[in-house]
Amino acid sequence: MIRLFIVLWVTVVAALPLSAQIKIEQVTSEGGIKAWLVNEPAIPFIAMQIAFKGGTALDAEGKTGATNLMVGLLEEGTSDMDATAFRRASEGLAANFGFSAQRDSVRISAQVLKSNADEALALLRKAIMDPAFNDVAFSRVKAQVVSGLESDLKDPQSIAGQTLNEIAFAGHPYALPSDGTLETVAALTRDDMFAAHKAVLTKDHLVVSVVGDVRAEELGPMLDQLLGDLPEQGAELPPQVTFGASGGTTVVDFPSPQSVAIWAQPTEVDLDHPDFMPLFVMNHILGGGGFGSRLTDEVREKRGLTYGIYTYIAWLGATEYMGGSVASANGTIGEAISVVADEWKRMAEGGVTAAELDKAKKYMTGSYALRFDGNAKIARVMSGMQLDGFVPEYINTRNDRLNAVTLEDIARVAKTHLQPDGLRFVVVGQPEGVTSTE
Amino acid sequence: MLLRTVSFCFAILFSTQSAIAETGKVTTFELENGLQAVVIEDHRAPVVTNMVWYRVGSADEPAGYTGVAHFLEHLLFKGTKTLKPGEFSKTVKENGGVDNAFTSYDYTGYFQRVAADRLPLMMQLEADRMRNLVLSEEDVITERNVVIEERRTRVDSDPNSQFQEQRRAMMFMNHPYRNPVIGWQHEIEALNREAALDFYKTYYAPNNAILVIAGDVYPDEVKALAEKHFGPLEPSDNIPPRVRPKEPPHLSPVTLTFSDPRQTQPYMIRSYQAPKRQSGNQKEAAALLMFAQLLGGSGLSSVMGQKLQLDQQIAVSTSAWYDSVSYDPETFGLYAMPRPGVDMDDLVDAVDQVLADFLEEGVDADHLARLKVQIAAEDIYELDDQSSVARTYGIALTAGLTVEDVQTWSQVLQEVTEEDIMQVARKVLNPKQSVTGLMLPPQAEGSQ
Repeated sequence: MIRLFIVLWVTVVAALPLSAQIKIEQVTSEGGIKAWLVNEPAIPFIAMQIAFKGGTALDAEGKTGATNLMVGLLEEGTSDMDATAFRRASEGLAANFGFSAQRDSVRISAQVLKSNADEALALLRKAIMDPAFNDVAFSRVKAQVVSGLESDLKDPQSIAGQTLNEIAFAGHPYALPSDGTLETVAALTRDDMFAAHKAVLTKDHLVVSVVGDVRAEELGPMLDQLLGDLPEQGAELPPQVTFGASGGTTVVDFPSPQSVAIWAQPTEVDLDHPDFMPLFVMNHILGGGGFGSRLTDEVREKRGLTYGIYTYIAWLGATEYMGGSVASANGTIGEAISVVADEWKRMAEGGVTAAELDKAKKYMTGSYALRFDGNAKIARVMSGMQLDGFVPEYINTRNDRLNAVTLEDIARVAKTHLQPDGLRFVVVGQPEGVTSTE
Repeated sequence: MLLRTVSFCFAILFSTQSAIAETGKVTTFELENGLQAVVIEDHRAPVVTNMVWYRVGSADEPAGYTGVAHFLEHLLFKGTKTLKPGEFSKTVKENGGVDNAFTSYDYTGYFQRVAADRLPLMMQLEADRMRNLVLSEEDVITERNVVIEERRTRVDSDPNSQFQEQRRAMMFMNHPYRNPVIGWQHEIEALNREAALDFYKTYYAPNNAILVIAGDVYPDEVKALAEKHFGPLEPSDNIPPRVRPKEPPHLSPVTLTFSDPRQTQPYMIRSYQAPKRQSGNQKEAAALLMFAQLLGGSGLSSVMGQKLQLDQQIAVSTSAWYDSVSYDPETFGLYAMPRPGVDMDDLVDAVDQVLADFLEEGVDADHLARLKVQIAAEDIYELDDQSSVARTYGIALTAGLTVEDVQTWSQVLQEVTEEDIMQVARKVLNPKQSVTGLMLPPQAEGSQ
């Protein structure tokens, strides 16, 4: 009757000092909807993450912001309920739904009581499958989006990010602001909403994660009810693109006592690359790990130049790059930037010390299980893993792979992949002694 | 239809209480030196949240030393008699833990999240820095620069924060809630090692602290560990009585305008003086919380959302809130952002009309019933996040509430009647006790 295909991973996150047991079941419903499930009956509710690959990068040409606006309208009424009726129904069921659009994915989160899960999910189904995009809601939510865009235009962090994206990804959807521009959003129509809905919310983009008081045999029919009628195929995911900014500095004048600086360089290391894990650990030591990382030590602890500095590796659907961010007074941002450049070079030339590597491994392996101590948290982690193309086993092997990273690995990947002369800085503020290079 | 759903929901919720009891069970104890402890069990994952809360916040600072409570919080990550500067966080990290700290008006809190079997070490570290802090002049100066940068990031770079500081200073004419937690810039710049250490020696002691531990632990083992690590610490003998200057009667409604070239979005934000949750008598605060929820707790479906966003289409977003937990009376607030082209005076008039109509029309019974369903469900949902449950207790206990107050709160909310809400609404919506802030678009200032 219900064809259940369950692969049971008894996953033990066994690395020191923490061992956690996460049992991920891979469920395929009769109708072919796949999900990762963790059955956790201790609290009588279900946390669900429904994600669609592609996100705002699937906006049609000239329709930048359509996906974001469309997602913002999903909870604003269906063909048989207006926005108020929909809200009242979800409140009466004490169900919490969240809808968000990101560059690479659309994410829908649901928190429903075990006691009325079927009714709550029937309501969610309407939001996903049958949004009305009626005129009243459309113009109201559009006004909210426009107000957000106007704020972004005056926010140093947003200005910096958008400036860098335009330099690095010219000609690709990633160059465009995820939420659209004042011009493109103003021009969007209701028809654009239906088109974006059809392009993005489809089975070929879908990944589902469920954690809570529900068993695999109960979940299958739930998934068919909820998502079985989605169209099979949506828009094609955007093509791969290389981070195209050359080394240098771009200053954007903005009246503020403090400057924000971000920086980035290209990398070819994607999640399947053999250097993925060593580079991941190296980034932690360089600036990904907050206190104890080289950049926090040098810029905050020793010099007191900032409240926060960090680095990251961006693994997006269509590209990879490494970058970071810092804010400091206009008079000291130049010093902060030169410390960043120096540290990038020091890492490329010398790698890390045995003590640093040991410390990083202990933290990264030991803290991994902290991500798994709540239903909603586990659902989010599993959703992210599925979007990034990981298998459930990764949870099991991740710490072993991390522990296998050697000093030589890090020295090699730092030398190969860090480009101290290839860093593009974007500084927003009125920095003293920092000027654009081109 | 809706009401049937409601009653169905309740029946189920109450029938599951035995299952809930295993996740979220709360136990308390107290050590001889005055340290209070709360243990919240959650055995789903081998993880623990270890928190130490001090009954001291920015509202307890001596005059002229704003920011010292928060500055000291930063300095607690420097060394002790046995730990070098930075070694605290380093040790936490090497044990796979994450740690941080926070300061507010009424409390200062420190926490680690870590594997449950590392709890003894975390407690040892917290006990050590409760009494044994060592500060060098150099560390103090560097960290003061960090805090000044923090202020630049949080306040100076954000016109909304700047405006909030100005409004609070008007909302509280005499009570130290008028000062920003991070401190005024010129007073932060004058803070020094001596001021920080004086504050530390007075307030950081077991008889001014609450240990809140949530996660995969049992009360007996926590008690034994607390005895071992915190038990030997000397209590402070000079904690001053926690009596802050009180507000005089406010006799005049205040309106503040603000604008900044970086802020394009106008909005109105208003606060009223409001009572707080009283230990053993939370009824009025419960009614006020329900009032805030009805008025603007859930956007569109709230009273303000319905009238201002949907019916009149004069606002793009609205909200109302009441933070019930504080050591001294705080505020009740509401907010509305106008649609483009809407005059601010018209928006303010429309908001006032909504309030007047509410006092006239009363509470929609269905709306109140829906709220109560959500409140009952929240008892279940909140158990999913052990750190958040721990925070709830820490904030309540440092504000003078008890464990029992926290545990009965949900029930007190369920018992709120329409009359209770109307009574508290009439009391709180007193224009003379309000401050209305108008964030104006930049060109408005140029034309003045």
